[in-house]
Amino acid sequence: MDFNDTPEEAAFRKEVRAWLDANATRKSDDTQSFRARNDDPGLLVKAREWQDKKAKAGYARITWPKEFGGRGASPILQVIYQQEEANYLVPLGFFDIGLGMCIPTMMAYAGPEHLKRYVKPALHGQEIWCQLFSEPAAGSDVAGIRTKAERDGDGWVINGQKVWTSGAHYSDFGIVITRTDPNVPKHAGLTMFFLDMKSPGVEVRPIKQMSGGANFNEVFFTNVRVPDSQRLGKVGEGWKAALTTLMNERLAVGLPSGGLDIDELMELARETELEDGPAIRNQTVRSKIADWYVQQQGLKLTRYRTLTALSKGQTPGPESSIIKIVAAPKMQDMGAFAMELMGPAGIMKEGIPHAGGFQAQWIGGAGFRIAGGTDEILRNIVAERVLGMPADVRVDKDVPFNQLGKK
Amino acid sequence: MNFDFSDDQKLLKEQVRKFLADKCPTKVVRRVLDGNETHADDVWKGLVDLGVPATGIPEAYGGLGLSPLEVCVIAEEIGRSAAPVPFDSSVVLATEALKLAGSDAQKKKWLSELASGKAIGTLAIAEGAQPPKPRSIRTTFGNGRLNGKKVPVIDGEAATFAIVLANTGGSGDRAVSLVIVDLAQAAVARKRVETIDPARKHAELTFTDATAELLGAEGEGWQLLERLYDAAAIYFAFAQVGGAEAAMWMARDYALQRQAFGRAIASYQAIKHKLADCYVKLELARSNAYYGAMMLTEGGADLPLAAAAARIAATEAYDFAAKENIQTHGGIGFTWEADTQFHYRRSRVMALSLGGPMAWKDKLVSRLEQKNAA
Repeated sequence: MDFNDTPEEAAFRKEVRAWLDANATRKSDDTQSFRARNDDPGLLVKAREWQDKKAKAGYARITWPKEFGGRGASPILQVIYQQEEANYLVPLGFFDIGLGMCIPTMMAYAGPEHLKRYVKPALHGQEIWCQLFSEPAAGSDVAGIRTKAERDGDGWVINGQKVWTSGAHYSDFGIVITRTDPNVPKHAGLTMFFLDMKSPGVEVRPIKQMSGGANFNEVFFTNVRVPDSQRLGKVGEGWKAALTTLMNERLAVGLPSGGLDIDELMELARETELEDGPAIRNQTVRSKIADWYVQQQGLKLTRYRTLTALSKGQTPGPESSIIKIVAAPKMQDMGAFAMELMGPAGIMKEGIPHAGGFQAQWIGGAGFRIAGGTDEILRNIVAERVLGMPADVRVDKDVPFNQLGKK
Repeated sequence: MNFDFSDDQKLLKEQVRKFLADKCPTKVVRRVLDGNETHADDVWKGLVDLGVPATGIPEAYGGLGLSPLEVCVIAEEIGRSAAPVPFDSSVVLATEALKLAGSDAQKKKWLSELASGKAIGTLAIAEGAQPPKPRSIRTTFGNGRLNGKKVPVIDGEAATFAIVLANTGGSGDRAVSLVIVDLAQAAVARKRVETIDPARKHAELTFTDATAELLGAEGEGWQLLERLYDAAAIYFAFAQVGGAEAAMWMARDYALQRQAFGRAIASYQAIKHKLADCYVKLELARSNAYYGAMMLTEGGADLPLAAAAARIAATEAYDFAAKENIQTHGGIGFTWEADTQFHYRRSRVMALSLGGPMAWKDKLVSRLEQKNAA
């Protein structure tokens, strides 16, 4: 066992490092980052420039086929690129949904002329894509969406509302899942399209989150016309297309990087005086630190197991399905505990070292437990896909969508 | 990145797994639990024939000279089957103690007997109610004579020799030393003690001027024991991972078959989420155990920290899976006839034998402090 690169991986890493050294600034320490303030137009300009640079050098999407500007290389090389890139001060995050989810769905369903038109500008950061799935009444049960698309001549007219759409406010295009037939059970009546976010009738409104940030949006569709040529997959097979998108989401195994962790918690515990001495000497404190350390290490090492499978060209096992189940509550609980160590001043937003960071974890953790699959849905997924337990009883399975909730 | 066992190691694991599935089904665990035998000697002899005790012993001392990784995959299978055999005592604790502290002559004598299956070894530390500490050890060793009482000693009846922690007159942590004692002498009295897990028999050993010799230097017993426990924690973690996985699947299988309120209980989220949590804890434990195995094999600087993390994660995973397995079974899971009890009992024995999670969490943070200070 070792954590070493294969010779091929090592050579690639060296090549990537040399390119990054020549084209970007290395971080002086881990805490440095381009702050992901998506509402800063200057940041977006810089992000587009960086994306274009990467695309020209063949690093933007390493696993994609060469015809689409990729290298046709193994996922492990993509991971190695990202590991190295994380050490440099570069603006990231604007293109992940488009390149990670939307364009792969396009590749699976769009015709060659559309791919010729859309893939390259997305890869080079000229056009940004968003994914329009969730709705106010369809979160975990995303197949319960109500936004409807109705036939009108050689096209479709879309009416309805989407929510939690990351980056909709700066996106050029989106893939949207709609209901085209309410007379059949919910999964059977869906159809997917892609559309121009500048189309008449599309209105984007930012959502201010509990954390104060505004990375997400509500998107309203009022008589938005979409040509039939922008349909992805067959009419009524939108669920199948949506699963393609979501499967690609799952391939993006990731941990939230950066942020405060065990080292900062220990520092805080050393500096905090409790009644009987420094908090670090208190057995309750030590026990909690130990538990979170075991989780932190467990997640890191679980990811190494996944990377090992990728490195060997194998399909990773289901172990990575535990990552968010553990990471999100840990973030929330550890943040809350660190604040407790600070005493009543733990609520103050200024003047207390690290308070802001731990408060951000406590607040952010509440959202992280919901985003991209709630704690509960993820446990269902583990139980069903890993342990082979039955799906939940679905009372809506055989009922036409427009009869749901009616007795 | 190569954070996995090799194909050969996986093959070995599969071989041991098949052997135990065939020769050590749960009815064998029950036979020992209900009966008088010290251990399942038929299963043990088969494991000896497979080379299990010889696996981690150097070739120079009659072993197979394989790495800790091979012992780890075997440990996982022993844990999965809850086999009533002296694996943890003899293959892990006694063998590792000799490898760690034995003189060449001691290794020649004892390790070769362990490898061939002629000897069964054990470790005798505790002396009753209190968690062992250097100052609380009353057993004494001097002038080649061992005196005192050790209880509980795992496999104390089946073992042919024991490694004993004894007071040798120093001060502080240096008050104690490890000594090795042949149990086949009149100066040793053995008496079975009842424990929560009758499938793993324990004994009280009384030494009255028993002939013994130092294992390792005088006064270094506590320090050696710490190092021994680090290695043992990793092997135990694999056994705990195997046991946790077995308990989890036992619960899953029962949940699929048991009907309540008109459907399989496996379709209720209360059961699904509970077993998903078993899986989460299991994978955290497995990943931490792998790192422990890697550090043990390399002799890496992170070994003490990795051992503590593996110990904590694996103990939690096994405890949780074992208790929720009973809970998932409902009333039938609480009967003597159910197999659920085997893992419940074993999980607690394994949780306490090297010191419980509370002690290991304290150790982990101390080691983290040392690492950060360095």
